[in-house]
Amino acid sequence: MTEEQKILRSSIRDFAESEIAPVAADLDESGEFSVELTRKMADMGLFGIVVPEDYGGSGMDYLSYCIAVEELARIDGSQAATVAAGNSLGIGPIYYYGNEQQREEWLPRLCCGEILSSFGLTEPDAGSDAGASRTTAKLKDGKWVINGSKIFITNSSSEISGVCTVQVVTGMRDDGRKEISCILVPNGTPGFTAEKMTDKMMWRGSDTGELYFEDCQVPEENLLGGRGEGFHQMLETLDNGRLAIAAMGLGGAQGAFEMALDYTREREQFGQPISTFQVNAFKLADMAVEIEAARALLYKACRLRDQGESFSKQAAMAKLYCSEVMGRVVDQAVQLFGGYGLMKEYQIERFYRDYKLLTIGEGTSEVQRIVISRKIGCYDV
Amino acid sequence: MNFIVCVKQVPDTTEVEVDRESGTIIREGVPSILNPFDEFALNEAIRVKEKTGGRITVLSMGPPQAQEALRKCLAIGADEAILLTDQAFAGSDTWATSFTLARAVEKLGKYDLIFCGQQATDGDTAQVGPELARQLNIPQMTYVESIEEIDDGSVICKKETDGGYQRVKSGLPALLAFISTPAFEPKIPSIMEVMGAKSKTLSQWGIDDLGDEDGDYGLDGSPTQVIRVYSPPQRGEGVIIEEPPEVAVDKLIEYLESEGII
Ligand SMILES: Cc1cc2nc3c(=O)[nH]c(=O)nc-3n(C[C@H](O)[C@H](O)[C@H](O)COP(=O)(O)OP(=O)(O)OC[C@H]3O[C@@H](n4cnc5c(N)ncnc54)[C@H](O)[C@@H]3O)c2cc1C
Repeated sequence: MTEEQKILRSSIRDFAESEIAPVAADLDESGEFSVELTRKMADMGLFGIVVPEDYGGSGMDYLSYCIAVEELARIDGSQAATVAAGNSLGIGPIYYYGNEQQREEWLPRLCCGEILSSFGLTEPDAGSDAGASRTTAKLKDGKWVINGSKIFITNSSSEISGVCTVQVVTGMRDDGRKEISCILVPNGTPGFTAEKMTDKMMWRGSDTGELYFEDCQVPEENLLGGRGEGFHQMLETLDNGRLAIAAMGLGGAQGAFEMALDYTREREQFGQPISTFQVNAFKLADMAVEIEAARALLYKACRLRDQGESFSKQAAMAKLYCSEVMGRVVDQAVQLFGGYGLMKEYQIERFYRDYKLLTIGEGTSEVQRIVISRKIGCYDV
Repeated sequence: MNFIVCVKQVPDTTEVEVDRESGTIIREGVPSILNPFDEFALNEAIRVKEKTGGRITVLSMGPPQAQEALRKCLAIGADEAILLTDQAFAGSDTWATSFTLARAVEKLGKYDLIFCGQQATDGDTAQVGPELARQLNIPQMTYVESIEEIDDGSVICKKETDGGYQRVKSGLPALLAFISTPAFEPKIPSIMEVMGAKSKTLSQWGIDDLGDEDGDYGLDGSPTQVIRVYSPPQRGEGVIIEEPPEVAVDKLIEYLESEGII
């Protein structure tokens, strides 16, 4: 790691411990999305980490971004989610595919945390099968008229949600397939409603919305990139997003592991610390090994991306592995806490719930295995 | 105004463990941090600079890896950093350390205030600041909590004493050794500031930059030598008498007599 990355890690760790840790349990309990905390994270420079300084970002590389997400997730999955979705899904597409005017209109406001942006892909009937989108946009008198709905969209329905990149069907291609495009739809546009989805099991402090478009009109210029480029944009966005989800798995596993280690060294039964029963010591040893391996895999994927090499196979591997490692770690960690692990008073319970999104969002574990098995040539026979 | 802040990279003492057999500190795997008193001093320098304007130079003597602590100082808000690093500086006691720092301060030229932490959490001697003031022949104030007023010619500090506080005025240049306060929240640099630190100057000076004529550096220049480092013997568990005073006094006397103390 570079000197900057080491300082970045310690900075974000200090920030997460002093600003997020004291409120994480309360936000989880109330299911509240905190604008105040989001703005503090923005002041730390956590939005637009990889965006150049000209647009208000920090101009760091992807590994740095993932280190930041990892450190947030070590303390709280919800805030890590706001940042990960804010960068990969919100800011990412606008920065990578937006024209100069769109970048200048949105990026500075997004990077300083004035507003959040979201990525509206998933629909009630198009989940893993993201190409099955039914939301349509028809061009009429220089405007896109959008109809349809989206579900589970992170950062889309908070008080500070400013714009959504919506994946829509804009027509049929010559080969008979759907022409998919992405369009920027500002929150508050007539015909666009964002409803907050409540009562989640996990990420309770993160904002999740359900979106409805009823003859919602936006100017033709709101098209992101070219017409018909939406599917490709979506695949690339998910490749990037997977690195951040992997970082959340890694950081969450690290946090749960540290809690378990501290607890078992303190807790005594049969007259000795329970960490000194070999069966427990070995569990902790296994956790440490898996976390190291997960970190090596994720950082490798990030380095490939930073060097401009193809990384989508490694991104899928890292997302799959890191999220599943967190699953195994939190499961054993709660076991080591015994009955106390099931009580809200102990934070490990929140990690146990928060982990579950990671094997589902931005491509389920099954979808990652589909991607990986394709990339390694299983079906090229 | 020109401010110099002397800092040291130390092992994170909250994570240090002592090897039970050899009695020495296990340094392996222990993260390094900026000495907390120095961090307080740097934050105070930044606060003062916001009012007076000027430039903050951070100075540290240490191994090459101490560069990391200096980079952090730059991210927090220092303008420039200098690491005094040379094989010849190894083994310095507090006298040789302050001698080396003094040579660097002289080389830096004009300055108004030197900020030090009261002590470093690894050695806990609290000697380097005062010795540095002596080497430079400037006034010093120790146990300083904050700077209350400063102008071109003088500074007024609030310093802690056994019984309370003193407000002390001194001419400039002067050296201040800072304690920390419980309410202190160290500034956490943002990602932009971490990136900004990359473009600030961090120089390394060795013995050739400071002048070798005295041969007063490192182990050779150190009047004190450490013979052995060991942990004090473990104390036995204490006895707490939890009774009202009229009963407790009798019990205490009884106990002291039974132990043959009185
Ligand atoms: C909190 C939260 C935040 C989210 N944020 C966003 C967001 O910001 N933007 C966005 O667009 N989406 C978001 N999502 C949606 C998320 O990406 C989807 O939930 C996910 O892609 C899975 O889709 P689905 O829920 O429809 O499940 P389904 O696709 O119905 O899958 C159900 C099960 O079937 C399996 N399955 C499906 N197809 C196959 C197959 N071909 N082979 C084998 N197994 C298969 C799946 O692996 C899964 O186990 C979010 C979801 C949640 C819960």
